[in-house]
Amino acid sequence: MIYLDNAETTPVDPEVAKIVLEYMVEKFGLPGGEFGHSLQEEATEAVEKAREVIAAKIGAKPSEIVFTSGATESNNLAIKGVAYHPLYRKRKVVTSAIEHKSVLDTALNLRRLGYEVEVIPVDSEGFVNMERLEASLNGAALVSIQHANQEIGTLQNIKVIGELCREKGVLFHTDAAQSFAKEHIDVEAMNIDLMSITSHLIHGPKGVGALYVREGVDLQPLIEGDGRERGLRAGSQNVPGIVGFAEAVKRTSPEDAVKMRRLRDRLIDKLLQIEESKLNGPRGEKRVCHIVNVSFRYVEGEALLLQAEMEGLVCNTGSACYSQRLEPSHVITAIGGTHEDAHGSMRLSLSRMTTQEEVDAAAEILANVVARLRAFSPLARRRVG
Amino acid sequence: MSKPDASIQRKIGYSEKVIEHFTNPRNVGRLEDADVTAKVGSVACGDLIKLYLKIDEKTERIEKITFESYGCAANIATSSILTELAKGKTLEEARKITFKDIAEELGGLPKIKMHCAVLSKTGLDAAISKYYAMKGKTKIDDTLVKLLLRGVLDPITGVDVISGKTVESISVQDGEVTIVLRVDEKSQIAKELENDIKEAFEGLPVNLKIVFKGNSSEDSNK
Repeated sequence: MIYLDNAETTPVDPEVAKIVLEYMVEKFGLPGGEFGHSLQEEATEAVEKAREVIAAKIGAKPSEIVFTSGATESNNLAIKGVAYHPLYRKRKVVTSAIEHKSVLDTALNLRRLGYEVEVIPVDSEGFVNMERLEASLNGAALVSIQHANQEIGTLQNIKVIGELCREKGVLFHTDAAQSFAKEHIDVEAMNIDLMSITSHLIHGPKGVGALYVREGVDLQPLIEGDGRERGLRAGSQNVPGIVGFAEAVKRTSPEDAVKMRRLRDRLIDKLLQIEESKLNGPRGEKRVCHIVNVSFRYVEGEALLLQAEMEGLVCNTGSACYSQRLEPSHVITAIGGTHEDAHGSMRLSLSRMTTQEEVDAAAEILANVVARLRAFSPLARRRVG
Repeated sequence: MSKPDASIQRKIGYSEKVIEHFTNPRNVGRLEDADVTAKVGSVACGDLIKLYLKIDEKTERIEKITFESYGCAANIATSSILTELAKGKTLEEARKITFKDIAEELGGLPKIKMHCAVLSKTGLDAAISKYYAMKGKTKIDDTLVKLLLRGVLDPITGVDVISGKTVESISVQDGEVTIVLRVDEKSQIAKELENDIKEAFEGLPVNLKIVFKGNSSEDSNK
């Protein structure tokens, strides 16, 4: 099987799995604080070591890392943590039209509490409209704009957005689930106050992630109780998960992105050779290293996806038929794509484990499947020839 | 390893029969000598089928029936099974096929995909109604005209011209059908719409008049 749905999730690296198992079966304690019995101290050491590794990856202090169950929880904690805080007076949140639902819906639902929520539109490549963003900052408590888009791969100019927010005294949160440990991130240089990251997209275990919280930024916790994670996120930590998360991070390197970019571009070039196809999102360095998204006219995504799987390729689609709510991709819609663009869109996403052979084979499979479905599409005949 | 629980299997994903019809659809493709065709669905929904029927004039039996599809696995499977169910039946018999029959024949469909079975059924109804009108067995009235126009899609929105209100009004009088569209004659989509409407009414003994009224408001709505 050629697995090219790494933006959805990734297989755990077997070496990472070994360590996870070790912390499940042998070193099974929970962190106890500054001191405790030996199992507790062992766990504390492991978690704190993991915290250091992850902090170092983004140029943060270990104390600024809060472990969560994943990027969705981190996104919720960042947005609600600011919105629900009794001392933050400003009642406005700004976000973008192409965020992951865990940001977009969380932000929009604040309207129920009387919050003003402004959604900044994007251009045809997915870049946030900077003029609109700047104009929206007055009275805003928080801006939440992602780093890399989960569907079309657009990399926002985080540094500039962060600067703007800093100038206006607005907190800046970025969802870096797709870009963390792939693209270079430095929370200082990029003026980031809050950042969501996750483990399962870099060959780490599912169910664990973190929120970077800049020193001095206070949040209203969502999950309260035992005061763990500096009181910001209660609950017994997923120690095996956290250790696995850090181990997965240790196994990433800047070379990964170089390789992925090359294969990504190779795949894009091959797919665009298929007639009546179009790339969604930008080309080049403003595109995250691992995500390809192409729309094919006259054919529908779910059918493409299932047929491709039968030929040995696993990928994803923005088609409404495939979503649980029968809604076409809100990202394709936001960049000006028609329903047809959404229904015919296929996302293929690489990982550091993807090979050139796989990429070449994937392009061939998709070309065959597109041709097969176009052969009996009532739409195909019109413009052919 | 124990065999997966069959009752769980049925609740998750498509049935084996759906996968079979999706992978090897029956009667798929264009029918060059079709007596009647019908198109239903919308690109906007990602669900569109076109049916082609060859009907024996005397017995009213469906001799051949084929389909073309733009849509998901359920769309393809339901259309495929529909052609198998309808083939050989008389029009009156075929009319009695329900969307539930279609779903049952496939061993069930996920709830969220039931609308695909409904769509194939709608397509067959449209073809049969059109055939009766072609043969003068039923009057060509507002209802039939609307039914046929539901198979014509606005190229910009992908929604059919009735649901999307691209059609402002229709009038049927003694075999003359006038369709007024909220579209500018000079717009890019005018020609395409005109062709599609003519195709929908092909074979019908009517005098088709298409009027482009023009657009008073902006037409780009998402």
